[in-house]
Amino acid sequence: MDLDAVLLQILNGLDKGSAYALIALGLTLIFGTLGVVNFAHGALFMVGAFCAVTLQKVLTLSTITIDETKTDFLGNPLKVKTPYVENWFGEATGATIIDWAVPLSILLAIPVMLIIGIVMERGLIKHFYKRPHADQILVTFGLAIVIGEIVKASFGATEQPVPAPQSLSRVTDVGAMLGLEGINVSYPSWRLVNMAFAAVVIIAIFSFLRFTTFGMVVRAGMADRETVGLLGINIDRRFTIMFAIAALVAGLAGVMYVPIKPPSYELGMQFLVISFVVVVVGGMGSLPGAVAAGFLLGLLEAFASTELAKGILPGIDQIIIYVVAIIILLTRPRGLMGRKGVMEE
Amino acid sequence: MLGLNRNDTLLLIFVAIITLAAPILMNPFPTESSLAQFNAGYPDLMQRFVIFGIFAIGYNILFGLTGYLSFGHAAFLGAGSYACVWMFKLFGYNVLPGIVLSVIVAGIFSVAIGYISLRRSGIYFSILTLAFAQMSFALAYSVLGQDMWGLKGGLTNGETGLQVYSNDPQIFHSEAAPNLPHLFGVPMRETWIWEYGAWQFQFNAGFYLCAIIMLVVFYLSMRIFRSPFGLMLRAVKTNQNRLNYTGVNTKPYTLAAFVISGMYAGLAGGLLSAMDPLAGAERMQWTASGEVVLMTILGGAGTLIGPVLGAGMIKYFENIFSKINKGILEGWFSFLPESVADPIVSVLYLFTGSGWHLTLGLVFMLVVIFLPGGLVGGLIGAGRRLFRRGGGKAAKNTQPTPTSQAAE
Repeated sequence: MDLDAVLLQILNGLDKGSAYALIALGLTLIFGTLGVVNFAHGALFMVGAFCAVTLQKVLTLSTITIDETKTDFLGNPLKVKTPYVENWFGEATGATIIDWAVPLSILLAIPVMLIIGIVMERGLIKHFYKRPHADQILVTFGLAIVIGEIVKASFGATEQPVPAPQSLSRVTDVGAMLGLEGINVSYPSWRLVNMAFAAVVIIAIFSFLRFTTFGMVVRAGMADRETVGLLGINIDRRFTIMFAIAALVAGLAGVMYVPIKPPSYELGMQFLVISFVVVVVGGMGSLPGAVAAGFLLGLLEAFASTELAKGILPGIDQIIIYVVAIIILLTRPRGLMGRKGVMEE
Repeated sequence: MLGLNRNDTLLLIFVAIITLAAPILMNPFPTESSLAQFNAGYPDLMQRFVIFGIFAIGYNILFGLTGYLSFGHAAFLGAGSYACVWMFKLFGYNVLPGIVLSVIVAGIFSVAIGYISLRRSGIYFSILTLAFAQMSFALAYSVLGQDMWGLKGGLTNGETGLQVYSNDPQIFHSEAAPNLPHLFGVPMRETWIWEYGAWQFQFNAGFYLCAIIMLVVFYLSMRIFRSPFGLMLRAVKTNQNRLNYTGVNTKPYTLAAFVISGMYAGLAGGLLSAMDPLAGAERMQWTASGEVVLMTILGGAGTLIGPVLGAGMIKYFENIFSKINKGILEGWFSFLPESVADPIVSVLYLFTGSGWHLTLGLVFMLVVIFLPGGLVGGLIGAGRRLFRRGGGKAAKNTQPTPTSQAAE
């Protein structure tokens, strides 16, 4: 393998890993703060993705006018669809707005995901703190089915592609971007944007927890909830907000992943298994562990899918994640960076 | 009788009667009536009822007794299916060797997976089983489905699914035997139809084979529930730490429970193949494992009859409820004025037809939230409360102890 191929696989790995890391980060936030195992987290990822689909559908709502001067291939007068936004903002601006539907839907996803998170925590999860983990898994598993079916009922069972903005849907010369001579790797621009976005979100979450008073209280609550409560701090309310933030992180990851993989109602379940494996490998309750494991497993998956690896062990690309997860769970029971005493009753 | 106490004997007889009379009981509506579509008494569906009943009974021995939540039991079901079809391919269409082999293969798989997974408990155990099952699915779907060792289509025939071809060896196949799965010459598809008035009842050989096997394994699970071994498993669920402190090594017990439930799953898989000699990788997918979890919890984990009931309910939903389409709903509400009926139909339609999963998910959530013992657990609880209330008044005068209040 030459340097170009290695770099390409690193990029592939970071691309996959950024989605894994964001979902696992949210799962770990929920687990670390509330102690709840959330099997509906994949569904939240999917809801985020469908925020983008919804926004694109809303933006392309059109008026239909009949152009008498032209005919379509059947000889009828041509029907011209003009989206409302083009009527309101002028043709060029309107077209740009539609083109940038995916990035714009981040603005939609933020309030939607926060509200869903708060409603979910107050309405359902709250009642499950004292119940066994098995019950938490089961009820959130049921919730994941329900959310998936609601999405299926509203959008249909097919995949809903939404393209990236045109200026970002080409490829970028990575060698030139990094200023490296002799490297000739082109990579889709949107995927690079996705990675950068994931990095920003991860840094934002960590700084939020590290440098704000709110974050300090939350970290204290994660370490010892009871004592924080005894100090007269309303830790429950802060944990609710953390749940909403975790839902938001999953949702944003979902939005950004839309141009890479067209979402369908099954998307949540597809990502759920992987993200749990990531969390467990990283160590239940460890935020840096979740991020590290996300990127590590993404990279491993990318390198396992090269022809070289497949030549040594056919099918390794399909099972590498599970094999690594099993090995790590058996040799390092707490995962890569798991804390002592978490989930060890 | 048979080493069971009176209540259990009655339960077993009750289940036996229901199961054996199922072709009649499941067909309450005359063939020509408009309600005939709710009849579940056709062979294909009834076979599924009992086969998935077996699957859920076995799963219940693990989850209901020990509390270990496995998300990977579909792997054993799939392994059993493949084993049975291989038996057909190599030795011919008699189902008995196929079913026996599928139980053995699933047993071997579950010893290996269980030995490793049971080193951890709680959520880690769930994730480990999930990882193993997904790995088996990926292997069966792609790697083992490629040509290898001179076998076309490998061990599993990948996407197409494993099936019997005319050029397979089938060394014990004789001209006299039917060319489809049979038990010593009786084809599994043989159906005897009994017309009675407007009703039509179908008695299918395959169904009765599955039903008898289900009754046997149901009896076995009863014995396990009532045995000292079953008691030990319950102790594991209640407090494993305390067991360890008293010097009990719980691993052999949990592993035994895991292997038994894996063999039940293999048996179910073998029977699935025996009814329809085609095995696909999708039987191993984790959503299939999720289904048996749903069945067991819905009916009532830890109760004897619950899982069978749950399996029946889910399969009934899947096959019958999902057939209620818009036209049928409109027919039901045609007595209402259209402006009233239309919104009702469009709301109800979300929950029926292809949206039956939504109903299932909601019912499942409600059961988990409000009835931790499942439907059967809820019924037993309600019955007990009624009895207590009736007898409680008399008891109150004689001994008003705080313990009796706590029990309520």
